[in-house]
Amino acid sequence: MHGGTLAFPILSMLVFVPVAGALLITLLSKRRPEYMKLVAAVSSIVTGAMSVWLVAEFDGHATGFQFVSKHTWIEQWGISWHLGVDGISLFLIVLTGVLFPLAILGIDPHNDDPARDKPYFAWLLLLEAGVMGSFLSLDLFLFFVFFEIVLVPMYFLIGGWGYEGRVQAATKFFLYTMIGSAFMLVSIIATVFIASRNGVGHVTFDLVEIAEHASFAASTGRWLFFGFAVAFAVKVPIFPLHTWLPDAHTQAPTAGSVVLAGVMLKLGTYGLLRFGLYLFPEASLWSRHLWLSLAVIGIIYGAIAATMQKDLKRLVAYSSVAHLGFIVLGIFAVTSQALTGAVMQMVNHGVSTGALFLLVGMIYERRHTRQIADLKGIQAVAPIFAATFMIVMLSSIGVPGLNGFVGEYLILIGAFLSARWYVVVAATGVILAALYLLWAYQRVFHGEPDDDNKTFAELKMKEAAVLLPFIGVIVFTGVYPKPMLERIEPAVDALIAHVETRTGHVAPQPTTIVIDEVTHEEGEG
Amino acid sequence: MLEVIWLIPAFPLAGFLLILLFGRRLGDPKAGYLAATMVLASFVVAVGAFFDLRTMPAEERQHVEVLFSWVPVSSLHIDMAFLADPLSLTMCLFVTGVGFLIHLYAVGYMHGDPKFSKFFLYMNLFVTSMVVLVLGENLLVTFLGWEGVGTCSYFLISFWHTRDSAATAGKKAFITNRVGDWGVMLAMFWSFQAIGSVSYSALNGAAESGALARSTATAIAMLLFVGAVGKSAQLPLYLWLPDAMEGPTPVSALIHAATMVTAGVFLMTRVSPVLEASAVWAPQVIAWIGALTALFAASIAVAQNDIKKVLAYSTVSQLGYMFLAIGSGAYVAAIFHMVTHAFFKALLFLGAGSVIHGMHHEQDMRRMGQIRRYMPITAGTFIVGWLAIAGVPPFAGFWSKDEILLFVLADNIALYVIGIVTALLTAYYMTRQVIMVFFGEAKWESHAEEHGAHGEFKPHESPPIMLIPLVVLAGLAIVGGLIQLPSFGWVPSGAQHQLENWTEPVIEFAEADIAGTWADGHKLILIGIAVASGLIGIALAWLVYQRKRFRPVEPQLLEEGWKYDQTVSAFMGGPGRKAFEAVAWFDSAVVDGAVHGVARLVRGSAGEIRKAQTGNVRNYAGIVGVGVVLLLAWFVIFRGVM
Repeated sequence: MHGGTLAFPILSMLVFVPVAGALLITLLSKRRPEYMKLVAAVSSIVTGAMSVWLVAEFDGHATGFQFVSKHTWIEQWGISWHLGVDGISLFLIVLTGVLFPLAILGIDPHNDDPARDKPYFAWLLLLEAGVMGSFLSLDLFLFFVFFEIVLVPMYFLIGGWGYEGRVQAATKFFLYTMIGSAFMLVSIIATVFIASRNGVGHVTFDLVEIAEHASFAASTGRWLFFGFAVAFAVKVPIFPLHTWLPDAHTQAPTAGSVVLAGVMLKLGTYGLLRFGLYLFPEASLWSRHLWLSLAVIGIIYGAIAATMQKDLKRLVAYSSVAHLGFIVLGIFAVTSQALTGAVMQMVNHGVSTGALFLLVGMIYERRHTRQIADLKGIQAVAPIFAATFMIVMLSSIGVPGLNGFVGEYLILIGAFLSARWYVVVAATGVILAALYLLWAYQRVFHGEPDDDNKTFAELKMKEAAVLLPFIGVIVFTGVYPKPMLERIEPAVDALIAHVETRTGHVAPQPTTIVIDEVTHEEGEG
Repeated sequence: MLEVIWLIPAFPLAGFLLILLFGRRLGDPKAGYLAATMVLASFVVAVGAFFDLRTMPAEERQHVEVLFSWVPVSSLHIDMAFLADPLSLTMCLFVTGVGFLIHLYAVGYMHGDPKFSKFFLYMNLFVTSMVVLVLGENLLVTFLGWEGVGTCSYFLISFWHTRDSAATAGKKAFITNRVGDWGVMLAMFWSFQAIGSVSYSALNGAAESGALARSTATAIAMLLFVGAVGKSAQLPLYLWLPDAMEGPTPVSALIHAATMVTAGVFLMTRVSPVLEASAVWAPQVIAWIGALTALFAASIAVAQNDIKKVLAYSTVSQLGYMFLAIGSGAYVAAIFHMVTHAFFKALLFLGAGSVIHGMHHEQDMRRMGQIRRYMPITAGTFIVGWLAIAGVPPFAGFWSKDEILLFVLADNIALYVIGIVTALLTAYYMTRQVIMVFFGEAKWESHAEEHGAHGEFKPHESPPIMLIPLVVLAGLAIVGGLIQLPSFGWVPSGAQHQLENWTEPVIEFAEADIAGTWADGHKLILIGIAVASGLIGIALAWLVYQRKRFRPVEPQLLEEGWKYDQTVSAFMGGPGRKAFEAVAWFDSAVVDGAVHGVARLVRGSAGEIRKAQTGNVRNYAGIVGVGVVLLLAWFVIFRGVM
């Protein structure tokens, strides 16, 4: 527990500021709807600014958690308000911090009654607090609380501001995730009490303490891991537990889809890392072939299903199933490159898919349809809009020089060391990604625009301002990923070292052949 | 100039950014001149670097310029670094040199197009990517360029995207190339696992020192070849290249003839030590695929009627020659042919573009003829290109083709026969094209009405800005052979094997040694055979198309490219699509259906159970009564009460 520290409780503030914003909105008068968006924008921008500040202050060389904030909450059960950040969670925090203001500013809810702005923005801010808390919690109980809090605002956002099939989609989303969480709750309680008698010595919900000291019997650990794994597998979602996702994505309001794809799905992959691999290394490795298989199936299956979708939002939703498959592959490959790539890809997917949902939302605002068949020839009338879509799409396809490639490449090259044949199959996913996205692009943007699409409006200044940060991140991270990689890697290496000492498993390394002429220009590191 | 080697990609990149920001304001033709200037500046830097390298001793001709650490994670270190050596600079010289001429030409060709500046935006991005590809110090930097040229190719093929055929062709090119990219990616992964690096120096060093296991070398070489097959349009992935002719003609000349499609040949040359360290069958596979592609594509070219399609299949065929050379260990000859092909094929495409321009966008050769009277400069330069590709001495193509065939014969006589037959076919279909377009009878007058020309319709010669590149390229197509003259008594020894001496540090490990073979000892006979096959091809076509002594043999099957494209399309659109639909159906009906099934089950059973809650006291009393009886019975029968 060393590294960056600040007198200012920045992590707690990352959770409290959005909560305060949400509270303020509920206290404001319904008759002043114009203040709602202002409060939401200000509090999310403040949170975003703090998250960026966090990166600046973050000590890239330190391992372990930084800016730790720990206060006892329920003493007799060992529950505490325990927050901390490391290289694995750092960029997910920033992603959350930056994505929310863009989602709030970028696209307005389609409210006929302005009074409905009030609950909309309040729910969005509460959602942000929940997501932040989930990524920051180092206490099992606290994590569970935040993990569950997230569901409620999302349920109301989909059900209240979604499209034609919203109620059914919201219910499906809620029930599906709740069932997963039920498994996790049982596992959390069992973990705590079994751990207290096996190495920890007292009842505590503290993640770090349990992970470092508890020693579970193999079969016990596997059962406990199973409970967590079900909850996270639903959240990711991993095939075949994914069918809530296309419905939820399609029916959610644009901001909801952006947040859902951008950060909420990462609660699943992040959970698999933090509460799977870290807490139950033995069980994770024991079951890795199952995970790797499901990941590869997800990559291929998600891509094929995406190809045949008729609804643009559903297509992007299925592409998420494929992309998240890559991330799961990276996690359970357990090599330095693959895990670093997986963490990076969580952020990259958030950026590119977030931007894609914004763009699809803008198409919907103009044409009131998401059906690919209703759209045609948009590039001829709105070239800048089309070019923006193109860049984001190329990032999603994984073209080198853009962010999506770096993460995917690291996942695959790292996984090749430990799971070669999975990679051989998974790499065909890059062909399929080009297939479904380019085909969709052709149908929507190419061709001669028909009468309905002739008046498609070009990108507006306000929209461009929201999309520009996405494009900036996409290009910068693709060309110069080092600042990001060097902050992620120490945490990933520490995690691998932890897995290695707990299980005796050794992560495979590449063979190095020393040849005289070859000298490596080491970065200043 | 070697320290500023990064300027070679930087200039066109700057051009790209400038046109991105100010393109519309610059407009037609200033944006085009800006783009051309940037490529010229790159060419100047490349020339400077070339002379720098020449002053160095042969074994030191290598300079690595590291820009920054690109992807560093743990044991993986990949730098954004450029490698200046004889191979990369040779590539840079002709890419930027020919690229500049084509940019210049395009200023005239694209004049009046509403997306004029956007065209040059893509073109400059393409040149940037292409020089990054050839300058890469490691596989990943090359891959950056590799995907970059693929993406630009996609943009430029579908440049006229309101046309459905253009949009489809662009998509097809990108996706087919991605199949090849799969191989390149896996090759990189394999290289990293085997030697902990993806840099060429480490990979080739390991191959040369014997540290790379034979099986690993074979795997890496074959996977890279999968990429090369995609990028360089070989069997079975060549399908995208003929369709790529949907793009503007300067694009066909630059990307789909002179530069991008040769990237596969370049890549195999770059990793030639790995190929040398592979199993014996690996180079043979390459040679056979090259030879079969050469023959296959040439046979299709014989029956094409679209002026650009002939050249497209011809390009596929000539690329096959280059792979035949690679597989036979003739790396110098492969590069030599790559360079001369860049000259004469760019010339032929630009000439075809000039004809299309002069004929008001007519591309069907059956509606041409006698054009030499109206477009003398275009015709004259096109004829130079024709003689060069047909292998007539002393034009450039003769020397390079001859060098390839020499090495092939030393390797395998069956491949040599295929090579000679292809040479004959090449001369035949090119003569056919020249006669149909420039000689024969004028067949365009009857179609004058369709072109909206009132009164007399006449083809017109293109403007000087299009003709200057043609003349320069024609000059190069005549003298290009000088860079690698063979060793004959009458060739001054100082002028022999220039290219070989220059590229020796790169290829010496893998280059086949043919000294002492029968082929090497009988070069004059080989030259005789090669020239004869070319002349026979020309004579046959002349008899058929000019003198009309024989009926042309143009079977439907060849016109349709052996129905290969149709078969693949039918498969993709039929069973392929059905399979995809089946997956989508499975997802909604089975996977999601199971979820809904569970939900229905829960709701259904809950509904049934709810019915028990009738609120009717007599029902409850009845159930209580039955329960009491059952309970008592259980006590009596099983527990033995009483």
